This record gives sequence, structure tokens and C-alpha cells, in this order.
Amino acid sequence: MIIRGDEPEQLRLIRKLYKPGNYFLQGNEAVAYGALFAGCRFYAGYPITPSSEIAETMARELPKLGGYYLQMEDEIASIAAMVGASWTGLKVMTATAGPGFSLMQENLGYAVMTETPLVLVDVQRSGPSTGQATKGAQGDFFQARWGTHGDHPIVAVSPISGQDAFWETIRAFNIAERLRTPVVVLFDGVLAHTRELIKIPDVDEVEITYRKLPQNEEEAKLPFGDPHGDGVPPMPLFGHGYFTHVTGSTHKENGLRDVYTPEVHDRLVRRIHKKIEGNREVYEKYEEHFTDDAEILVVSWGVTARPALGAVLKAREEGIKAGLFVPKTVHPFPGERMRELGKRVRAILVPEMNLGQMILEVQRFVNDDVLLKGVNKIGGVPLTVEEILREIRGVA
Amino acid sequence: MAKEIYSTYPMVKYLRKEALPTALCPGCGGGTVLNAFANAVDQLKLDPKDLVVVSGIGCSAWIASPYFLADTLHTTHGRAIAFATGVKVGLPDKKVVVISGDGDLASIGGNHLIHAARRNIDITVILVNNFIYGMTGGQVAPTTPFGAKTTTSPYRNIEHPLNVSETVAAAGASYVARWTTAHVYQLIESIKKALQVKGFSLVEVVSQCPVQFGRRNKMKEPAEMLRWFLKNSVPISKAKKMSPEELEGKFVIGEFVNRQRPEFTEELNKLIDEVQEQFGLKEV
Ligand SMILES: Cc1ncc(C[n+]2csc(CCOP(=O)(O)OP(=O)(O)O)c2C)c(N)n1
Ligand code: SF4
Repeated sequence: MIIRGDEPEQLRLIRKLYKPGNYFLQGNEAVAYGALFAGCRFYAGYPITPSSEIAETMARELPKLGGYYLQMEDEIASIAAMVGASWTGLKVMTATAGPGFSLMQENLGYAVMTETPLVLVDVQRSGPSTGQATKGAQGDFFQARWGTHGDHPIVAVSPISGQDAFWETIRAFNIAERLRTPVVVLFDGVLAHTRELIKIPDVDEVEITYRKLPQNEEEAKLPFGDPHGDGVPPMPLFGHGYFTHVTGSTHKENGLRDVYTPEVHDRLVRRIHKKIEGNREVYEKYEEHFTDDAEILVVSWGVTARPALGAVLKAREEGIKAGLFVPKTVHPFPGERMRELGKRVRAILVPEMNLGQMILEVQRFVNDDVLLKGVNKIGGVPLTVEEILREIRGVA
Repeated sequence: MAKEIYSTYPMVKYLRKEALPTALCPGCGGGTVLNAFANAVDQLKLDPKDLVVVSGIGCSAWIASPYFLADTLHTTHGRAIAFATGVKVGLPDKKVVVISGDGDLASIGGNHLIHAARRNIDITVILVNNFIYGMTGGQVAPTTPFGAKTTTSPYRNIEHPLNVSETVAAAGASYVARWTTAHVYQLIESIKKALQVKGFSLVEVVSQCPVQFGRRNKMKEPAEMLRWFLKNSVPISKAKKMSPEELEGKFVIGEFVNRQRPEFTEELNKLIDEVQEQFGLKEV
């Protein structure tokens, strides 16, 4: 059994095609190249602004690497095809935006339940509904967390620049493979279409993770067991004679459906939760700037984290003790670190391109005596350094 | 009871024993479909290791997933063909089969069905048409005959049924055939052909659901439904000479198309070869 995409032949092709160096790329292109470096060799999608350049780049580049680009009839089919392909041992990705993300939710839940590694890039755009279809936003924070039905964990990462998008996409693949789970990349329309200098590394600088494969017949016969105690079952791939049964219905360790025994459901769903919660070191990631002595903390994510850093730097110049905390993995939220930081500061500002979403996560981890304030802007235009700085001054 | 089945039914070697007995109602046509599929696999001497069977949600979806002993993927309602598309691209040398119901494949999954036929991807679809949503309690389906009674058309069905085989043939499939569960030998032959055709193939099986359809339409016994199928089946050659009025309420059976068209996964891999050639990426 092999996971295709990371073999020496593939690395040779990558090396030949993408010379290390500086390129002037769109955020969307950075996502696509990240995926190719991570070993993605299957892309199924449906066009939607502002994500389409990811599909276009994959359609152009994947055949060169022996990979498959499929334009499906809709988003539901796209994620369904990804799940099918992932069970054959391919690393798979799709990219979409608001309405398409909504359509993918049912099978995102299926991927959680069947523990299928895949990467889903949501290039957030302004909504609800078709909203401002071509404009960026940060309104899908909770759609990523709670969009599908049932009790389910989810991992979502969020890049803060084009360069970051390259690396965060690779990280998303590594988390998906390591934990046998879908991972959402919460990107946004602003960064997706911004061109900037992006450094493409040598393949050797890229660390790649493979999903765990069964080591023997016994492990292969329990595609949903937990032989290593980390909650992550080895994945017996289709086509190798294991006669694996995969279902989105509640199933026993051997894959067979049992929807009547409460303990079976309890055991399965709790393990899937534990697998994520208990392996924080695999995905927990945040950035901090000047948090050591900060009195005012700015907490920001994704596209807004950059003007937020600009504002914090300017505030420092003015003698205001401001700091910045940027969760890079936004789900599960880095709550423990947030709690520690929250104890040390007087005020917390949460700038976002929405009317207040991540601020609710922040609120769960800070005490009432901290002044907590959202800095919110909608309409498709990102927050500026000046707008955030003004708010910092306001609480200084 | 179960023991007797194991000792007398030779096809049991193709079944997932720990999943038996099946959840299908006594007299359900699903058993016939499973039997026909197992016989087709047996007669073609296919190794189940070379099969991946995918299904959606519904009684018919359970026919092969979980009961058939191969890699089986039991997916979300309506999406089986889309899942199977990913499987086929990843494993182009395996036979990928979808077995599911008419509600699953032609209603919620109708879009995937016509597009898979258009792409002509090498997937074999066995669509079990029992005119009803069996699993959810006998609601009206896109295949329910005009005038028939269901739990959500309690007075009579005022919608016209979809002719699935004609639709899929028009969409571009390589092979399309329709039989009923009263035509078992022809059904097995068609499944064998469908499995061997390179391209999208559909075998529509008109099947009895005595419990949810028959009971409400004066055919409580499975045998009454089979007699209804036999009495009203018209071979396609004969149907061509009949008027739409004469064909009303009839089951046209036989092969609708059997043709060669470029197949999707082959074209996809050919394209990859061409591109790698063009960019000088082939290993020398
Ligand atoms: C998205 C979604 N909608 C509705 C259902 C409920 N549902 C389960 S089976 C089924 C109908 C199945 O009908 P059919 O495919 O004809 O199969 P049958 O049971 O008649 O064999 C429906 C509507 C579901 N599982 N998922
Ligand atoms: S409800 Fe109908 S289709 Fe479902 S198992 Fe029973 S007889 Fe078969």
C-alpha cells in the first residue's frame, strides 16, 4: 500500500518543475503549490469566486505530476469524489467559497465519521448567501466549526499571508494524514487575490507526513480500531484485498454498521473527539508578538492579522504596551494559551472582517474583568492599520 | 434457519457472513438483485479483490454494502456515483460498481447519474427501481407510476415517472439495459455485460417492494408483483413499434444501448501522458 505523491519519482518531478526561489504569486496559487509540495495528487472541485485560481492552477499542474484534476458537477460531488479517492491512497484537496462550502458540509461530516483524510480550502467571501460574491470576508469561522451535523470535532487552520498559505496548506495535509481526518483551510478572498513575493523552497525543506497504514492483517481488519492508543486507526486502503467496509452510519471497530447499541455510538464518537483533542501537539499553532509585557492584547486571525501587527507596531512606537496573539490553527481554539494571556492583560481587542465570530471563542477563555472589544468591519474591504490602531489608542 | 442458508447457497462465499442475515423484508426484490450480482461475478470468475462496491442510502443501498464481501463504501444519500468516481480514478484497474435505489440514484442523485453517463466513466451502476422510497416508509418517488398510491400521494400520484434508462442512454452511457426481478437470467447476462463494458453502464432492475409499494397498490404478495412485471413487460424491439398510449404502464425491457465511446479514466491518464511528454517529464 502506498500513499501516492511523495515517492522519489514525484519528488524528482517537483524538483524539476518548481525551482526554489522567489516568485510573484497570488495567494490562491500559493495554496495550490503548497498542496502539490504536500503530495496532493487529486483535486475535485467546482468553480466559485474567489477560489477559482486554485482549481485553475491544479488543472494546469496536476497532470505534469501524474495527478488528477476533476471538475465535478457540483460541490457535493466534489467532496464525495475526494473521499472515494482518499480511500484509494491519494492525497486529496478541493477549494471552494461560502455557498460551495455550505454544500460540502454533509460530506465533510461523512469524512469526519469515516476518518478520511482530505483538505478543504474555504476561500471566505462576503455573505450570507451570494452576498458580495467577489469580496473577501471572515464570516465562515463557525461554518467551519459547526457547519455539518452531529457531534464532531474539526481542525481548521488559517493562513495570514500568501507565503503563509503555502506552508499552512502543507501543514493542513500533514495534520489530515497524521490524524486521519478532514482539515479545513480558512483562507479569504483578499489574500487569495493579492499578489506578493512568495519563496518556493526546495522539496527537502518540506516535511511530509503519511497516514498510518495497517502493519498486519489484524490491524487491517479493524479500520476503526485504536491499536496504538492515540485514537488514530491505521487506514486499510481500497484495492488491497482487505474487504474493508466503510459507512457514515455508526459502526463498530470492524466497520460494520451498528446503530442500535448506545455504547457503540458513544465509543466511536468519543474516540473521534479524543483523537483530535488528545493530539493537540499535532496541530496547535499560534503566533505571538510582544505578548511578554503587553497590557493591551490584540487577538486576530487570517487576513486581519497583518494590519493588526501593523497597528501593534505603531502602538509600540507611541509607547503603548500592545501585543498580538494570532491563532494559526483556529479550531480547536488554542484556549489554554488564550487563558494565560488573558490573565495578564487589561484589554483585549479582536479585529475581524465579520460582525464578531472568533471573539466568542476568546470570550470563553477570559475573565469578566478584562475589557473585551470587537473591531469589526464588513463590506468586503479589509481592516486597515489605522482603524485598528485607533481602537488600541481608545483603550490605552 | 441461517445455518441452512450457509450450507445450501453456493454464492454465500461472496457474502459478508458477519453481516447476515440481511435486513431486507421477506419477498423483497433486493435479494434477487444480490443473487444476480453474485452470480454474474461468479460466472465472470471475477476476484472480489478486484471489485469496489459503492452505495448510497436506502434499502437497495444495503444490497451489496455491507452484504457483498469486497471493499464496500456506504455513502450519503444520493452521492454514491460521485464517491465512486473518486474511487475509479484512484483505482482505474478495478471494477467499481454502484448498487442503489431509484430514489437515491435518480432523485437526489440524478445530477451525478447523468453527469457520470456524460463523462462515460467506467462505473457499473445497478439501479434498483422499486417505484418507491422503501426505507423511509413508502413515500412517492420520481419513478412512482402515474396514479399510484404512496404515503405521500395517498389519493394518487399526479406526477409523471422518470424513465431512468432512457435518460441515462441519452446522457451518453456506453451500456444501458433494463430487466425486472422476474427476468433473472437476462438480468445476470446484462450485469455481466455491464461489468465488462469499458465505460459507464447502467442496469435498471424493476424490483418488487411488497411492503411499501405492493401493499398500497393491491399487490400485497411478492408473487403478485412478479406476475405484474411479467404481464406488462415488453421487449424493446417490440416497444419500438408501439405507440406511447400502448406503452403506458408497460415495462420496456432489454438493452437500450451498447456502444463504445472514449472512457473518462482512460482519457484522463492519456492526457497525463501527453502533458508529461510535452513538458519532457518522462523518466528516460
Ligand atoms: C440527505 C438525505 N435526505 C433524506 C434521507 C432519508 N432517506 C433515507 S433512504 C431514502 C430513500 C431511499 O429510497 P430508494 O433509493 O428508492 O431506496 P429504497 O429504500 O426504496 O430501496 C431517504 C429519502 C437521507 N438519508 N439523506
Ligand atoms: S421496504 Fe421494500 S424495498 Fe425495503 S426491504 Fe422491505 S420490501 Fe425491500
